[in-house]
Amino acid sequence: MQDVNLGPFRRIALFGGIYSNYLSLERAIALAKAKNVDAMIALGDFGAFGPHPDRTVEILRASGIPTIQGNYEESLATGAENCHCGYTDPRDNAFAQISYDYTREKTAAAHKAWMATLPPQLRLTIAGKRLLLCHGSPRKINEFLWETTTPRPFIEKLLSDHAADLIVCTHTGLQWQRFTGPGRGVVNVGALGRPANDGKPNVWFAILEERAGDVAVDFVPVDYDHARLAREMRSEGLPGEFVETIETGWWTTCLEILPAKERARGRF
Amino acid sequence: MNAQSSASSGFPIAPLFALDTLWFQVAGTLCNLECTHCFISCSPTNHAHEMLTLADVKRHLREAEALGVKEYYFTGGEPFMNHEIFEILEETLCQGPVSVLTNGVLIRADTAARLKRLSDASEYSLDIRISIDGWNAATNDPIRGAGTFERILGGVRALASAGLNPVITVTEACEGAATQDGRTRFFDFLRSIGLPQPRLKIMPLLRIGAEEQRLRAYESWETLKGRELTPDEAGVLQCTGCRMVTSKGVYVCPILIDAPDAKMGETLGETARPFTLSHQACFTCHETGFSCRT
Ligand code: SF4
Ligand code: SF4
Repeated sequence: MQDVNLGPFRRIALFGGIYSNYLSLERAIALAKAKNVDAMIALGDFGAFGPHPDRTVEILRASGIPTIQGNYEESLATGAENCHCGYTDPRDNAFAQISYDYTREKTAAAHKAWMATLPPQLRLTIAGKRLLLCHGSPRKINEFLWETTTPRPFIEKLLSDHAADLIVCTHTGLQWQRFTGPGRGVVNVGALGRPANDGKPNVWFAILEERAGDVAVDFVPVDYDHARLAREMRSEGLPGEFVETIETGWWTTCLEILPAKERARGRF
Repeated sequence: MNAQSSASSGFPIAPLFALDTLWFQVAGTLCNLECTHCFISCSPTNHAHEMLTLADVKRHLREAEALGVKEYYFTGGEPFMNHEIFEILEETLCQGPVSVLTNGVLIRADTAARLKRLSDASEYSLDIRISIDGWNAATNDPIRGAGTFERILGGVRALASAGLNPVITVTEACEGAATQDGRTRFFDFLRSIGLPQPRLKIMPLLRIGAEEQRLRAYESWETLKGRELTPDEAGVLQCTGCRMVTSKGVYVCPILIDAPDAKMGETLGETARPFTLSHQACFTCHETGFSCRT
């Protein structure tokens, strides 16, 4: 399938995994509009982890924001039994299953059908550079591209295999960037749904813009009413471990998949 | 590409999707221990594969760079018996993330401090993975050798004091390790020895090498003959994304280095082709979906 090309842009906002955090999504949309972006694009994983998954989908659909599938949307759209998040540890998988079962049950059939219509990737240009937007990596929807395990030669291979200058992705929940040349590299936009395992409750999105003929990246912190989200998660019966992450900014699950350095930066 | 089976042999064929993981048998088959379950029968005197030199590693790293390799693993034998190991790790960490598989016995405070400096100097992760086969000497020592439990813990503690958090590998030779109770017990044990963020990898047994004599060899029906591989199943097999460099050449994977027909060439480029899964160890890979990578 040929990727859809959205054309040239000057400044765009990119939203990583939202994980049903509709409160941070609302804040991010407001922040992005205040920064005069030409477009906002969501890179998949709208559900999981948080409460009331339909609220996020309804905001996205009402706003007309271009979106691509994450592994969550792919799984929900195809009726899969699990989220295909790609964890390796039984404890991580058990928590992933709780979150997937909840999201699957609470997502309206019409929204699941909409998810099936979403493209897996999108292309666009900024400053003449060819951006490829995907969820995990261009070759696999649930590949984890972490900062300390995505080396330059591998990035160059991905870029040449997929005819792109810049790959923009999410899936890991941690934002980072690595450039191998002007306008060439990988940007992981992080996540709106869950804090970045740094002991702070804020979440992140990214703005990419043309600056001095090149593509510049800014990661934008988003403060939102995380106490309210935590309350709603509790009243929905979601695991206390998830709530703790929202409240403290430290990850309590999905830890085994972290590379050495990313793991060392967290508390657990 | 779709996975297929070879019409002539009846065994499934594993394509190489991409060379993501490059292994180095950096210590050959030479080891300071002689574990009873070692699937490549390493020992102080097994010269089946010799140590790799810094020059050997560099040569393959140049090719790996051009091929866009994603990560590097060093194993043996015991990697810290290689006198050039620190230079080798430093060179490799300029190019990508590194994991070292060790028994930990030779890791003392100065070794650990040096590894921490190498890790800090790189933009990539350095993972040290230490093998231990039980929660105590009574479970570990019969497999890894008398007195090894305490010596391994010495290595773990040295790394922890230096600020490195090793991944602990346990094989199913440690009974019950793979169950949820076993894992919980291991996590508690690791916390108790000074690893507040315990990281654990459980490995199935490969019934080849020394392990054939310890518990049992494969039975004749344990093969992939006549089996079809779906593309998903192929994607799980590590040989669809890895190759192994030893002193004798480039092999399909880290498991089959004692099988002459698993040598695929002298350069990485020569090994960019499918491999027929005719070995009995392939049965374990397929059944368990396991990979030697972390
Ligand atoms: S299992 Fe590891 S430590 Fe034991 S003999 Fe083999 S290579 Fe050496
Ligand atoms: S032993 Fe496992 S990794 Fe090696 S070739 Fe067979 S299936 Fe592949």
